[in-house]
Amino acid sequence: MGTLSACIQGVGLLGPGLPDWGEARAVLGGERCYTAAPTVLPSPAILPPAERRRAGRVIRLALAIGTEAVARGAIDTRTLPTVFSSSGGDGDNCHEICSTLASRERQISPTRFHNSVHNAAAGYWSIAHGCTEASTSLCAGDASFGAGLMEALSQLAGGVPAVLLLAYDADYPPPLAAKRPIPDAFGTALLLARADPAAALPRLTLTLSDAAASTMQNEALESLRRSIPAARSLPLLEQLAQRRGGTVVLDFLDGARLALEVQP
Amino acid sequence: MTPLQLTHFTATSCLGAGLAATQRALDQARSGLAPCQFETVDLPTYIGEVACLDAVQLPRALQRFDCRNNRLAQLGLWQDGFDAAVRAAIARFGPRRIGVFLGTSTSGILSTEIAYRHLDPDTGELPESFDYAGTHNSFSVVEFVRLLFGLSGPAVAVCTACSSSAKVFAAAQRMLCAHQIDAALVGGVDSLCLTTLYGFHSLQLTSAGPCRPFDVARDGLSIGEAAAFALLERASPEPEPEAVLMLGAGESSDAYHMSSPQPEGAGARRAMQVALDAATLDPGAIDYINLHGTGTPSNDSAESRAVTALFGTATPCSSTKGATGHALGAAGALEAVICALALKSGLMPGGLNVRERDPELTANYLTENRRAPLRRVLSNSFGFGGANCALLFGRGA
Repeated sequence: MGTLSACIQGVGLLGPGLPDWGEARAVLGGERCYTAAPTVLPSPAILPPAERRRAGRVIRLALAIGTEAVARGAIDTRTLPTVFSSSGGDGDNCHEICSTLASRERQISPTRFHNSVHNAAAGYWSIAHGCTEASTSLCAGDASFGAGLMEALSQLAGGVPAVLLLAYDADYPPPLAAKRPIPDAFGTALLLARADPAAALPRLTLTLSDAAASTMQNEALESLRRSIPAARSLPLLEQLAQRRGGTVVLDFLDGARLALEVQP
Repeated sequence: MTPLQLTHFTATSCLGAGLAATQRALDQARSGLAPCQFETVDLPTYIGEVACLDAVQLPRALQRFDCRNNRLAQLGLWQDGFDAAVRAAIARFGPRRIGVFLGTSTSGILSTEIAYRHLDPDTGELPESFDYAGTHNSFSVVEFVRLLFGLSGPAVAVCTACSSSAKVFAAAQRMLCAHQIDAALVGGVDSLCLTTLYGFHSLQLTSAGPCRPFDVARDGLSIGEAAAFALLERASPEPEPEAVLMLGAGESSDAYHMSSPQPEGAGARRAMQVALDAATLDPGAIDYINLHGTGTPSNDSAESRAVTALFGTATPCSSTKGATGHALGAAGALEAVICALALKSGLMPGGLNVRERDPELTANYLTENRRAPLRRVLSNSFGFGGANCALLFGRGA
């Protein structure tokens, strides 16, 4: 049986009370207390002004975490394959379309329609970076972070030198929010490269597991982990922030979890 | 790449349920497109609707998944003994060693569109019966299929618009080659809904008549729906001559525009080249290309340029969307199955509805059925956001 592994070259993170990976690392590393605060989504500077104005919460979130993950590395984003993974699409956009379709007029805007595709964020990323490499956009419901990670690692196993994983979820507006309660926007991006024992970078190896999922000690962070699919990554991010080795187990699909062996 | 075998496959579209109906329609050059009378839609367009979906009943235990898309999935899975083949694979490999990779663009959003007409007048809330995760969410069809068969391996929906269910073949291939699974249930399921009908209309991309790919007066697409599936396994070193193999996949991004292809077809060409490289084949080894061929002026123009640049003007090619309509997120898998049928039967389906071929489009576009022994065929799928995928299939010998 093969193994899926990678080294982690960069991290991007944005969530409630976690404005970027630098801040989040201090919180998750135990140097600073976690203070809950609404997620602030920056305007995506990499988009042209007209598209920047129209970019919804999901696009802002995805572009922000991706930008942070590649900011420090010497990676050429024009040749970097990407894996986008989200439990849902752009809830605001979906709400507007469904409202219009339920009205007498039914004339939905062309921009709303092409922004309704699950791969809208990926499309904007590839255009902004001039990236013509492969990009995929995945959904596995609450298991979307794990499914994205498996896809990214299988790309590395197949021979690509590096891949950018972006996993993100944004809250839905009412009335969808009552049916799909996500408290706030949360996303994390991992710049992953083929595992190189010589590189001074954290490594991870993935296997399917039946073990119980790792939890967060901090109650507020544990609540995020339980309520936002992309925040299921938090035990892994905590391990990275604390530069600790060992195995973390992430919630994945019904009947299967992901065991990640981390070497700092 | 390590060749994979499509050990079983099936397709259901407006041409009919299952392979025999599909093959018969292709043999007869019959289109399944008809004027749109879907739901409450009031648009001057043709659609490719699957008959009798209202009569499909999901198992009692899975009622929360009941929606047009999952009914279509079940109808498709029940054709050609595909469900029995999945159960046989489970007996061989175990439920955790089989992955599920399905493409969809709109999943069961029709249920949400209808629910929005019935908001509570006082609270604005959605009806209690509306089940977001069971119907609307893109993963709904994957979860439904997992539960239907009791599968517990890796599972994911690929949602890259109109290339979704082509890219599932590439994703499954990576997981098979990395030995994370021993078999993959791949496919695409996409069903009619108001979002896509009114959405493509808003972009002025739907034709008022049946779509006419590669016609000089083509003026847009006809939306269809389909469920198509294949069971992928690692091929034996000496496959049977009759075996249908997946030899390569190529993926690329246009990095150009959200809803228009790069005019020279650079991204399309790149995807086809990557697929050829993966199979270590030259363009001359391809006997037939099933085009994306939507019938929009810009798609067919860009795709013809890409094909001509890579293959020249001799390789026979056609779009089957004049017959099936554009099944969007299910188009890649539907056309992969049509390619598998072409390899088995030697039929290159002529493109339908062409009155006058566009002289600007230099690819060798077939407008009549042609028969010849086929060894290797290519299938193109391109999606919004510039998400391209080309799949290369071949016979065992």
